[in-house]
Amino acid sequence: MRGATVIEFLSGLGRSGLHWLAVLGRASVFLFRVLLAQDAVVRRFRLTLAELYSVGVRSMLIIMVSGLFVGMVLGYQGYITLVNFGAAEALGGVVALSLVRELGPVVTALLFAGRAGSALTAEIGLMKTTEQLSAMEMMAVDPYRRVFAPRFFAGFLSMPLLAALFSAVGVMGGYIVGVGLLGVDSGSYFSQMQAVTDWREDVMSGVIKSIVFGFVVTWIAVFQGFDAEPTSEGISRATTQTVVVSALAVLGLDFILTGLMFGDL
Amino acid sequence: MSKDPVSETPHVVIEDLVFRRGRKLIFDGLSLTVPRGRVTTVMGPSGTGKTTLLRLIGGQLRPDSGRIWVDGEEVARLSNRRLYALRKRMGMLFQTGALLTDMSVFENVAFPLREHTRLPEELIRTLVLMKLEAVGLRGASDLSPAQLSGGMARRVALARAIALDPDMILYDEPFAGLDPITMGQIVTLIQRTNRTLGLTSVLVTHDVVEAMAISDQVVLIAEGRVMDSGTAEEVRAGTSEWSQQFLGGHPDGPVPFHYPGSSYRDDLLNDAGRDRD
Repeated sequence: MRGATVIEFLSGLGRSGLHWLAVLGRASVFLFRVLLAQDAVVRRFRLTLAELYSVGVRSMLIIMVSGLFVGMVLGYQGYITLVNFGAAEALGGVVALSLVRELGPVVTALLFAGRAGSALTAEIGLMKTTEQLSAMEMMAVDPYRRVFAPRFFAGFLSMPLLAALFSAVGVMGGYIVGVGLLGVDSGSYFSQMQAVTDWREDVMSGVIKSIVFGFVVTWIAVFQGFDAEPTSEGISRATTQTVVVSALAVLGLDFILTGLMFGDL
Repeated sequence: MSKDPVSETPHVVIEDLVFRRGRKLIFDGLSLTVPRGRVTTVMGPSGTGKTTLLRLIGGQLRPDSGRIWVDGEEVARLSNRRLYALRKRMGMLFQTGALLTDMSVFENVAFPLREHTRLPEELIRTLVLMKLEAVGLRGASDLSPAQLSGGMARRVALARAIALDPDMILYDEPFAGLDPITMGQIVTLIQRTNRTLGLTSVLVTHDVVEAMAISDQVVLIAEGRVMDSGTAEEVRAGTSEWSQQFLGGHPDGPVPFHYPGSSYRDDLLNDAGRDRD
């Protein structure tokens, strides 16, 4: 009896592994075809602009508000710790480094997956369910060029810009709390920030992270919509998968990228 | 156009088609011919693969074996570029209309023209209004798809399907779920489109009366094969038990009322029934 349970467990594990391998295979073929269709981004620039607006510009509000609050909390928590060591003037550096290296790219990617990623999945999944993608194919219009490529590019381009915006607003949030409410010197806040933040090591590492996260989150979101089962339950599952898989991928990749960029692992 | 709209060369030829979905065999050696410039209706019970047949003709699916020729070209062997060129010569009307929901009715009909031609905007406007007038919906050109009834959506989809003046139109369940007036409008439109434009029309449906009234050829399919074919009169007069059950709408016959399963008595009385819980 116990042997049968172990075999059942192992076969279930095998089935699950095969399922995820198949999904990864389909996702890779899909990505390859989307990348091949990227010339459509330039040729159909108006479509790309519309998607940049939908994916990027319409995510700005949530990114800015979140960035402000995260920066304010960082300013407050940083001050409480630093003031014990008489180093409250270093607050600007702490806030900037935390945001630029880690919180900017990671939190933006998580918010981006929730706001724009889920919307992309639902939109494409609904287009599939209502046979709009099939109709395009039958009208000799390639959905990879018309639908997927502009959305993929818009997501990929928007993410680093949104992450930069998040960090910039976060720095101002830290300033409001640190300088405005807790009395840290304004000049020290910015001079410490400039002194400890290295362009190549800190800012560029954050930019690289946000580019990678943008690529992965948009790939997951567009693929989940394309691969969704064409039912309302299927779309609901695909939308959830986008958020969950993106979050796990972002956090896992963040660890790997941090290890690669800052070494010592 | 050099082709004779009603010539003896068939528009579509399907030979020994075999197609599976997973383990389920959908077509098992199906063969049929669609004459050029005529209305051919493929009928059969739900789930027999009628829509799948249209997707195979349109090259959206590939057969496991057998061949499909459209306009003399073997669909499964075409490169993407040539398949898209072939699709420009065929229109497809989907059961739901499949209108692009982020565009107005006008933009939906203009969509294939904008994608495949470089016509000036004024000419596109004239063409779109002509197509919409043909389906009686010129006045609805500014509406969005969400504002249309099911029948109107299908008429707009028909206007879009004929926008590029194709040689053939594939209709997927064009009468499903329509009220009698709208159904009459769609029947008239299919007939008129076929006659005035000389198109080849392939309908898949299980609405016997409407389909029989407008078809030049009727093909009955079930169990992956052609059960009967011919003109409406020939099929109606046929002696096949299966055809008579289908056309007469009899609940039991060669197609049983009960889905195959174990004995009813066993299911109710034996432990097998309890085990399921």
